[in-house]
Amino acid sequence: MPRAGGSRTSGCVYTPQGVDESSTHLFTERVTSATSSPTAKQSRLSWEGVRRAADKLTTPLLPDDYLTLINPLWSSRELRGRVEEVIPETDDAATLIIRPGWGWHYQHRPGQFVGIGVQVGGKFQWRSYSVSSAPVKSGRTLSITVRAMPEGKLSEHLVKGLTPGTIVRLATPNGDFVLPDPPPPKTLFLVGGSGITPVMSMLRTLDRRNSMGDVVLHYSSTTPERMIFRAELQELHEKHPTFTFRERHTDADGIFALDNGTLGELCPDWREREVWACGPGPMLDAAEGHWEAAGLEDQLHLERFSLALKGDGGEGGSLSFQNSGKQIDVDGATTVLEAGEQAGVGMPFGCRVGICHTCTVTMISGTVRDLRNGAEFDQPNEQVQTCVTVPVGPCVLNI
Amino acid sequence: MAIADVKEYCHLTPEEVEQIGRELDAIRVEIEESRGAKDAAYINRVITTQRWMAAAARIGMIVSSPMDPKIRRPVLAASAISLGLAKILENMEIGHNVMHGQWDWMNDPEIHSSTWEWDTGQPAEQWKHSHNYIHHQFTNVLGIDNDIGYGVLRMAREQKWHPVNLGQPVYNALLAGLFQWGVALHDLDLEAIRKGQKDPKEMKRQLKQIGKKGRNQILKDYVLYPALSGREWKSTIKANATANFMRNVWSYLIIFCGHFPDGALHFTEEELENETRPEWYLRQILGTANFEGSKLLHIMAGSLGYQIEHHLYPDLPSNRYADISIKVRALCDKYDIPYTTGPLHSQYGQVLRVVTKLSLPNKFTSDDKPPTGVDLTVDHGRRKDAEMQTRRTELGGWSRSAS
Repeated sequence: MPRAGGSRTSGCVYTPQGVDESSTHLFTERVTSATSSPTAKQSRLSWEGVRRAADKLTTPLLPDDYLTLINPLWSSRELRGRVEEVIPETDDAATLIIRPGWGWHYQHRPGQFVGIGVQVGGKFQWRSYSVSSAPVKSGRTLSITVRAMPEGKLSEHLVKGLTPGTIVRLATPNGDFVLPDPPPPKTLFLVGGSGITPVMSMLRTLDRRNSMGDVVLHYSSTTPERMIFRAELQELHEKHPTFTFRERHTDADGIFALDNGTLGELCPDWREREVWACGPGPMLDAAEGHWEAAGLEDQLHLERFSLALKGDGGEGGSLSFQNSGKQIDVDGATTVLEAGEQAGVGMPFGCRVGICHTCTVTMISGTVRDLRNGAEFDQPNEQVQTCVTVPVGPCVLNI
Repeated sequence: MAIADVKEYCHLTPEEVEQIGRELDAIRVEIEESRGAKDAAYINRVITTQRWMAAAARIGMIVSSPMDPKIRRPVLAASAISLGLAKILENMEIGHNVMHGQWDWMNDPEIHSSTWEWDTGQPAEQWKHSHNYIHHQFTNVLGIDNDIGYGVLRMAREQKWHPVNLGQPVYNALLAGLFQWGVALHDLDLEAIRKGQKDPKEMKRQLKQIGKKGRNQILKDYVLYPALSGREWKSTIKANATANFMRNVWSYLIIFCGHFPDGALHFTEEELENETRPEWYLRQILGTANFEGSKLLHIMAGSLGYQIEHHLYPDLPSNRYADISIKVRALCDKYDIPYTTGPLHSQYGQVLRVVTKLSLPNKFTSDDKPPTGVDLTVDHGRRKDAEMQTRRTELGGWSRSAS
């Protein structure tokens, strides 16, 4: 499902340095396995060493900046991918098959989402979408499934305007809405609309590992035609008798009201099951309320919104938004971006983890601290990345 | 004294000044709203061309080194020129403009003012302070804008004459040849250091940054690439030195033609007091000079032949300055405001005349520029940040690094 609107990425923070480390690690492995003779070990020719030496030749740029002239995917400076194929799923949804470039791991956990940045009108726009493919270490591509939302210019562009060969930017997989390994013996998936995409990744993983246990999927959609992956789910059901697939077409049958009666009918042993729910906000609210009332909230998995950042927070402070005339007092764990949103300011944002610079705003006065490394910015009219900074004392922002 | 008292602006009523401000704001909005895929393609194309030129030059030098001199020499010469042109493009049309934030709207972290580092001795962070802020906000203000002579040359009659100034023609030639290193030291504010007013902690931080950047620059051009050329290492050193020299002289020339031709006026600190945005606009027009030339010349000059437009809108994409200049010129005609421009050679001729004349005390030479109002003598150097106005946001972003 799209996590565009007010969504937040969760989990650990991704930094460009992080990419470097991990990618070099990956390449070190490859090189050492290829040259595992004792002499090679002594010379310690590592990819990292080669790259560091090459840096000196290309400074102030990176070798990657020149290699992308030959192949746009040969760079881990920003994670990139090439759209290989756009497969229509329904009238308004499509699966994008993306071949990632250097620095990509193919180690997302089933259910996680990735950030995708696409240049529209010269400008990179970022959204996050669930990965619908199963994680395969030796994989060459990943797929995300996107539904064009009304008013959603970017999703519309992704579904209908993206041609194979387009180079997109990627952000590392993220999110806590994941299937554990080994999977629980009894599982229930409650899905509405395009909420099927992270669940599809989980189901494909269960299928691929041949560990499909007692799984029930309840999938609501307005009509059968709008059901993404309907045929594949039916095939899965035929292949694995322990996998129950229940469809609900809400245009004909009405919305699935969540209460003990309906749930008991759907799945009498729901109290014994681990539940993953994904779908529209009201549906998630209802599920949360229901499982809490039953005292089983530990068994329910929803998207948990949190931004886990390293480093010490600031002392907090009062933020004034000059142009909108709004003001808010926040603690040292609330980012400037979150504070602005709480105050009702139309803050710009993109990846929300400090990569894309969409959220950069001019700070007229005050001090903010970067949560990634503790650096403080206190110059008048300095530009700050609001998604990774917290106020230290009063700040005035030019928005 | 306010800017309205400057002779060139005396005929403007306060309402007209406000109206000029509104019209200039409207041009900005029009450009901002029409930025799109074509502009993004432009900068990407320039960057790709520049990187191919640089890569081809480096490879050419290495590959040609074992070859017969008949082939080697022309390849080496072509490589040196290609590298020089690549460095010029990188510094002028790409680096300078990216660091002003002209391409930040693309939201591409690889072409963004906060992350760009350029192929010259000065660390990007210090450039963004000394250039984007000090120079662009306080353009041609005596005693603040260090670009008036770069702390080396006496470029305004109001600057005190000293016997040392007699050597100006020589210093000028040295500055041209070593321009990248002159720029590298620019944000240190040598004048403040000389007077012992510089914060030692800040100085140490800046020197460390410059040292690190400069070391890598020198290592690349004068150690590593020559080493890769084997026996012909000396030729590669010469070729790289030539490329750096080309870039130095060219960037010096373009920058000096922006503010020292006769039509570009100087201002005093008093004129800054309570300066409004329209008055800031007027000061940019009056303190700056364009030059004329072909499209290629303008690209190689980093679009600084449209220096007036660049000073009015430092953060708008450079490929739009040509269009903007038509509108700005029409506006200047409408309100009878001087708009200084001319062919590059005559603009630079005027620069050389200033350099030579001002090597002597004022009484020996005549002034080719309209005078700065009052009789005034100013010190070199600039104010401390704390004593200056808050920076304008349209000049381009600036952040210090943590270390």
